[in-house]
Formats: sequence, C-alpha cells, structure tokens
Amino acid sequence: MTAAARIVMDEIKGYHNFIKLMMILTGVGALASLVRFIFGLGATTHLNDTYPWGLWISFDVVTSVPLAAGAFTIGIVAHVFHIKKLEPLVRPAIVTGFLGYSLVCIGLLLDLGQPQRGINVLLYWNIHSPMFEVSMCVMAYTTVLTLEFLHPVAEKFGWHLPLRLLRTLELPFAILAAMISTLHQSTLGTFFLIAVDKLHNLWYNPLLPLQFWLSAIFTGLSIVIFEASLVHKYMKQPDEAELLATLTKIIPWVMGVYIFVKAYALAFLSHGPLFDRPVLLMLFAIEVVFGLFLPFGMFLMKRIRTDKQLQMRAASLVLFGLIMNRFNVSMFGMEQAGQQIYVPSIIESLVTIGIISAHVLFFVLIAKYFPIFEHHPEATDYTIPDHFHKIEKGHGEGVKA
Amino acid sequence: MSTAPVNFDKTKTFLIDTTKCTGCRGCQVACKQWNQLKAEKTVFFSGEGYQNPPQMSEYTFTRVKFKDYQKDGQNEFAFYKEMCMHCNDPACASVCPVGAFKKTPEGPVVYDTKRCIGCRFCMIACPFGIPKYEWSKAFPLVRKCTGCYSRIKEGMQPACATACPTAITYGNRDDMLKEAERRLKKRPDHYFQAIYGKEEAGGTSILYLTQQPLDELGFKQITKRPLPSYTWQALRLVPGIFLTVGGTLSLVSWFQHRKDRIRREEEQKKQQTGGACCAPADTANDEKEDNQ
Repeated sequence: MTAAARIVMDEIKGYHNFIKLMMILTGVGALASLVRFIFGLGATTHLNDTYPWGLWISFDVVTSVPLAAGAFTIGIVAHVFHIKKLEPLVRPAIVTGFLGYSLVCIGLLLDLGQPQRGINVLLYWNIHSPMFEVSMCVMAYTTVLTLEFLHPVAEKFGWHLPLRLLRTLELPFAILAAMISTLHQSTLGTFFLIAVDKLHNLWYNPLLPLQFWLSAIFTGLSIVIFEASLVHKYMKQPDEAELLATLTKIIPWVMGVYIFVKAYALAFLSHGPLFDRPVLLMLFAIEVVFGLFLPFGMFLMKRIRTDKQLQMRAASLVLFGLIMNRFNVSMFGMEQAGQQIYVPSIIESLVTIGIISAHVLFFVLIAKYFPIFEHHPEATDYTIPDHFHKIEKGHGEGVKA
Repeated sequence: MSTAPVNFDKTKTFLIDTTKCTGCRGCQVACKQWNQLKAEKTVFFSGEGYQNPPQMSEYTFTRVKFKDYQKDGQNEFAFYKEMCMHCNDPACASVCPVGAFKKTPEGPVVYDTKRCIGCRFCMIACPFGIPKYEWSKAFPLVRKCTGCYSRIKEGMQPACATACPTAITYGNRDDMLKEAERRLKKRPDHYFQAIYGKEEAGGTSILYLTQQPLDELGFKQITKRPLPSYTWQALRLVPGIFLTVGGTLSLVSWFQHRKDRIRREEEQKKQQTGGACCAPADTANDEKEDNQ
C-alpha cells in the first residue's frame, strides 16, 4: 500500500459508522448501475411497454429536481432580496443543489437507452419538446451550480483571482439560477400535459407547470430548513432556528398561492370524473391533507415557525407532500384502471438508494473538508495578493520586466 | 410541427373497413416479412380472447384484434387492425428532445434511429400506445410501424395494404374520407356512424369504419385536439417567462442593494464629518465623490 493510500485509509477509519454505511450503499448503487449498463434496461428493471418510465424518472428526476431547489430559492432570498443575515444558509444550499443536480444528470443518463448519444440534445434541437428544454436547463444550471460551488473550493485552496471573480458574479449567478430554475421546474409539469386522457383528472390540468414551479419554491425553502436542522443536530453546527424563522415566514405565502392555484385548477380547469378511482382519491387525499394543509397550518402559527423542533417537522411534511405529489403525477396517476401494477426491481431500488446515499455522503465529506458552514463574507479575504510585487516596485518596472 | 398548419388532403391514408375484415391476419404476416421482424413465441388465449400475440411489441408492428360479442343470441366476431395511426400532428414528434420522429409530407410518421437517445418520452406521449421499446437489448431503440415509407417512396403500397384481401383501401386522405362517407351514407344500418381517425388527435392517416360502437370494440376515446398543442400552450411562454423573471429579479436586487448603498454612504459621511451632524451638505457630497 502506498503512503497516499494509507493516509486515505486511515482517514476513512476515523469516520462515523453512518458515513461508512453511506459509502457502502453508494458503492452498491454504483455496482447496480454497472449491472444495468452490462445487461440493459429490459433485463435489470421492471420497465416495460406499459411502464416506459419508472422509479428512476419519478424519483431521480421529477422529484429530485424540486428537492434540489433550495439553492435557487435561498439565492433569491439572500442575494436578490439582499437579506444579508441569511448568508450562512446559502453555501450549504448550493452544495446540496450542486450534488442534487449532478446526481439528476447521472440518474438521467442511467435511464436513457442510448446514454452515449446524450450529446444529441445539443445537436438536434426540438423546441417543441419539454424534454429538450429540461435537458438544456439542467445542463446549464449544473454548470452554474458547479461555478457557485467553486467558491468554497477556491477559498479553501486560496485561489485569489477566481475567488474575487466568483464573488463579483454571486448576484448575477443568483438571478441566472432563478431564471433557469423557473423554466425547468415548471417544464417538468409540462411533461405531463401531453398525457391527456392518461394522467388522472385529479392532477391533470393546464396549470400543472405553474403548480410544479410554486411547489418547487416552497419545497426549496423547506429543504433548507430540513437540512440546516439536521446539520445542527448531527454535525455540531450552530443552531440557525432564528434565521430559519425568516424562511418560515415566506413559505406560507407561497403555499397559500399554490393551494389557491391547485384548488382553482381542480374546480374549474379539470375535465371528467374526479372520484372514479378510490385508490387515487386516497393518494390525493394523503398528499393534500398531510403534505399540504397540515404543514400550511403549522407554518401559519408563530409558535411553530420559530421553534426549531416544530419548524423541522413542518418542513418534513412539506417534503413528504412534494414527494407524494410528484409520484402521484408521474407514476400512480398515470396508471390506468385494471393495469398491472409497477413495482421497481431490486437493481432500480439499489441505484436510487445509492443516489440518495451518495448525496448524503458527499455532502458530509464536502462539509468536512471545505468551508461550507463557517462562511462569513465580511471575514473572507477577497483581495488579490501581490505575488509579483508590482505595487512595491511600481507599475512601470513590472511592465518592462 | 405544431405551429405550421399543413393541408393533409394529399397524405397517404389507410381506410380500414373493419366490417370487411375477415381476421385472416395476412397483414400481420406481410408486416413481419417486409420489416424482417422475429416471430414471437406465444400461447393461445394469453391475451384477450383469440387475438395473438397478446400485445404489440418490438417484434409486432400491427396485429388484428379479435372482439367476440353476442348478437341475437349468436356468437359473433369483430376484428380490427391495430397499428400506428400516423397522426397529422404527432405527439411523439413534438415531445422527442432530439426530433427523431417526423411527419413526412407523404403521410407516414418516421423515426430516425441515429438521433434517438432512448428517453422513451414518445411512449408516454402517444395516445394510442404505439411506440414499443427493444427491452431485450443492451442499447435499445424504439420500434414502430413505419407506414412502409421505403415502399411508398418507390410508388408501392404498404405491405399490409397490399396483402389485405378485403378491408384496406389506400390512397390520398381526401379521397379516403370521401369514400368513407360514401359508404356510411350508402349503408346507414350496416355502419356505426363515425369515422375513427377523422378528427381523433387532430386527425390521423388511418381511418376506421366499424359496425359496432367504437368503445365496444376497444377504440380509445381520444381528444380531438392535436396533442402537441397541449404542451405548446405552456412551452410557448418560455422565452417570455425567462426574460420576465430575469428582469424582475434584476430590478428587485437593484432596489434592495440601493438601500444598502445609501446607508453605507451615509455612514461614511458621518465618519468623515467626525460624527458631527451639522456639516454643510455640499462639502459632504464632495467628499463622497472623492471617496468613489
């Protein structure tokens, strides 16, 4: 064993058992995706002509994208609306977003039948395709998130020039992130507008894109709360409950608009029977009661908004509601009456578990080695050091040399 | 695609008169031969009734559906040929991110295997459930009826239309519609008074005539609106929303940062005047400009 490998092994031995478990699950997920590539989709998944899309699209893409919306929502609140005190929440959210979108890209590539041709999206544009729009946006936004993520990396290694550049671009990036996110978060809803007569009326209506966008915003803010609470609890970071209380004041407004749009669309814009499928009705009720009305009511109460335990619970319910909603739209609501029921295969499940574990694992590791939580812009040195001593010698000499 | 209205009168169209279909399945065999599709190992009665194979697949682009029903106490059969409808404004073509599907001016909706990235959105979008996937392969592609595009470009008729002894008439869409209406008028008691495909999904290149009500035969009730218009009504707003969000947020951030700038300047002003409040306004302004 070389010296470098030994240092890495020693470092890993020092990790908490939970991280080791995450490493194992990520490794198993990677192996499972290798199996998928060797044997093909048909042999390793339970997808078929009735269910061309399964767990990977429903969770790894349609659900993961709004779950990674924390980066753009907190970017708007902290940078665009310029609520400076929220700055400590921005970086963890950007890391989550960066990891989330990178893993969405991996999930998408795994699900493609011809992943080696993924580049075709850039070669043959079809502006009428929601999938085209989402792939372009995801590529663009992953790039933006990577650049934003470079900020702590540059800080860690003392790359002064990039650091200063990234600092200047912080606000433009926050705006760009919001522009791109608005497009693809809503277009994920447009995906299912083509499924006329397939997606059940409880969810199918022309305002689906707007609902997807609104729910992505309040979910993004909720995931920031969820994550900050967990980080406080398990990673010994300071309690941000007071900052989070600012976010919990915004969430009920967005949720209120969402509830209004959803109710309006359901009452006036959906066609056909709503109560013909008891199972779907039950799923809809669970989504709306436990994932929407309950957290909405909780966030309306000041006592709950400011209590760190209770705001975490309300945020978890929001996340539950979002996951339910996306699965209802992309999977359960698309099942026709009397159709065989899709259950993901072991490989599919292992890959998805691996992706979730990879997210947790890389977040913890990045937080361990990069300045994610201790970020205070006023304390960071953004000056460019004078390596060539141009200032001391005078500009003229520097140019001649 | 969904924006440019084209006249589809001269697109090649199948008129399938199910009342004349004898269920011989010559079309199924011809299709397999022309497209060199593998035979499937099937078990009798594995699907609904007598139809075989139980469903269309990567190896089966067309198939005759059997529907048994009772009429005057007698057992009767109805048959209809299931195949790609070759929509005038196809959903598969509109959702494909790489534009692998195309409605040709001749009529068939064709698929470019070299472009496909395998996202399977076409399978989600198709209202008739036509595109099938090569689940048996490691790098699968989509398979579906080509409308025998290679044959009709050479002036021939599709393989199934050539093989069919009774039920398929093939020709320009306007002629086929005229013929269908003539038949409906000529024998009003014989036919169910509807032409499936005339308006379904915005009109298709397959037209069906039946004796029984459509839903009894298993024809899906499909919207009359072209499907791509459902997504386009949202997607057409994309550039506008993109710029509106960008513009609004830029304005908001300008205003929000402006407050901050003004406060900072005032603080500086205070510092420079040594905390005294009574410095003349114009000197303070000069100092501020110097600092800039």
